[in-house]
Amino acid sequence: MAVATRSVQRTRWIKLQVFRYITFAAAAVFFLVPIGAMLEFSTRGNTGERTLAYWQSIFSYPDLIDFNFGPAPDAAINASLELALITSVVMLVLLVPTMVWVRLKLPHLSRLVEFICLLPLTIPAIVLVVGLFPMYIWLGTNLSDSILTLAFAYVVLVLPYCYRALDAGLGGIDVKTLSEAARSLGASWFAVMWRVIVPNISNAILNATLLSVALVLGEYTIANNLLYNNLQVELVHLGRANAGVSIAVAVASLLFAFLLLVLLAFIGGRPRRARPEAATALAGPLAASQT
Amino acid sequence: MTIAGSPAVATNVGRPLVGGRRFSLDWLGAVPFLVYVGLFLLLPSAIVGLGAFFNADGSFTLDNYAHLSRSYVVKATIDTISLSVVTAVIGAALGGLLSYAIVTGSPNGLLRRLVVSASGVLAQFGGVTLAFAFIASIGPAGFVYLFAQAHGVDYYAHGIWLFELPGLALVYLYFQIPLMVLVFLPALDGIKPQWREAAESLGGNTWHYWRHVAGPILFPSFLGAVLLLFANAFSAYATANALINQGQPVLSQQIGGALSSEVGAVEPGFAKAIAIEMIVIVTIVTILYSLLQRRTARWL
Repeated sequence: MAVATRSVQRTRWIKLQVFRYITFAAAAVFFLVPIGAMLEFSTRGNTGERTLAYWQSIFSYPDLIDFNFGPAPDAAINASLELALITSVVMLVLLVPTMVWVRLKLPHLSRLVEFICLLPLTIPAIVLVVGLFPMYIWLGTNLSDSILTLAFAYVVLVLPYCYRALDAGLGGIDVKTLSEAARSLGASWFAVMWRVIVPNISNAILNATLLSVALVLGEYTIANNLLYNNLQVELVHLGRANAGVSIAVAVASLLFAFLLLVLLAFIGGRPRRARPEAATALAGPLAASQT
Repeated sequence: MTIAGSPAVATNVGRPLVGGRRFSLDWLGAVPFLVYVGLFLLLPSAIVGLGAFFNADGSFTLDNYAHLSRSYVVKATIDTISLSVVTAVIGAALGGLLSYAIVTGSPNGLLRRLVVSASGVLAQFGGVTLAFAFIASIGPAGFVYLFAQAHGVDYYAHGIWLFELPGLALVYLYFQIPLMVLVFLPALDGIKPQWREAAESLGGNTWHYWRHVAGPILFPSFLGAVLLLFANAFSAYATANALINQGQPVLSQQIGGALSSEVGAVEPGFAKAIAIEMIVIVTIVTILYSLLQRRTARWL
């Protein structure tokens, strides 16, 4: 009897392993082939030979990249990089002091702030852009029509992701005790923020920054509908004229984003709260900023 | 010891003049944030919500909503809903299988960590790059197609379906399946092996176990995941617009078209009405989802 049960268990185990490895193999093919294909495509010459011509010609497209990293970028990659920088800085300056302050002084507002920060997840980017459209027309005529004004919208776009990253960081330290200790030793609020809180949540700040950089570099919906040429919009334009170059740039930006995410995974080495994290991660893609 | 007894402490605290209303100015700290989100999140939302009721002259109208009955919007709505349903159901089924394959392995194994973190990345991977990835692989110049063609298989014999809705559905699966893994894995983790042993000791076979034990427990969270995947596909824009540049078959593309049309007919009010239609559908789905989540929480 026992032997029979064991052999039933054994065949079931074998079946299970066969099922598992077939599933993993199929998933690997489905998810890896398209990415590998981009690399293959961007290095294939007209007659099928391997060439780096597309990669080398990236710098010969002034609409794509040039050396003007000033306040009025006229190339798409420069604009996207500057936007990533501005968005990250504004996000941190806006979010970190507010979140600390709410924890210390306005705990009754914490629900509201959380709700507001997570709100962009439930509003698809394409819907938000409809409301932003008249605002950007006004901005364009009265203030500036620079592509860098997109940062205003991008801060809202990255808000939920950065809020979560920073909230996890602040949750891990005792903000109240730390700041009371610093205050009682005579530190100003600025010193509390800059020399006590920030060093203690440096990982969370880095997480939030990397996330917002990755999101801004991948953003297409808002820029395209507000008629600005950021990296992704330019890639689509370029793709219609020269698919090879545009796919080469796409691979490059993908590698860059991947690098950021790997960095993020290594920095966030601390074990995370599994369930709530997963539960909130669900809502993430609803923002559909990328999709 | 009272604060009043020590002037040094009192000046340090710096609030003796405010007296009883000592916390009254604290809310000022939240003002920059509230002003910012008010301007760039709540104002645009209000513009969408209210603007749909006004025409170009600024007078009240319901025409924008009436225009939702235009045949191409109705078609886009039906197409987008079908696309979202198909990718949600197939994505949930395949993602569910993948989750099961993960959960039956070692809980701390390398394979599991690899698949879970890859899912985290791929669920967010969409837009232009994703469209390019499929064009480069199975597109008419992609190596998969060239290889198939060289071996006598022409899967574009009846037209290049990659640039139509079936192709878009395939591309959407690329982020739907990983999303399903992220959503469904916690539910599967909640299934206890003792339940299976209990079912077996009562004489049940594999079918009985899935039909009467695991199935009913997992069903609400599976259905919830399907709804989430639906909303995810429904509100997507970038992937569709990068892949399909003719005909705007997807509702989100119709919004873009009404907002700044390349052919000229700009109808901002109409764009807002489509946006509201979209929000209504997504909201209904989200509410159903949270109801199911509550039900799931009972067992898992």
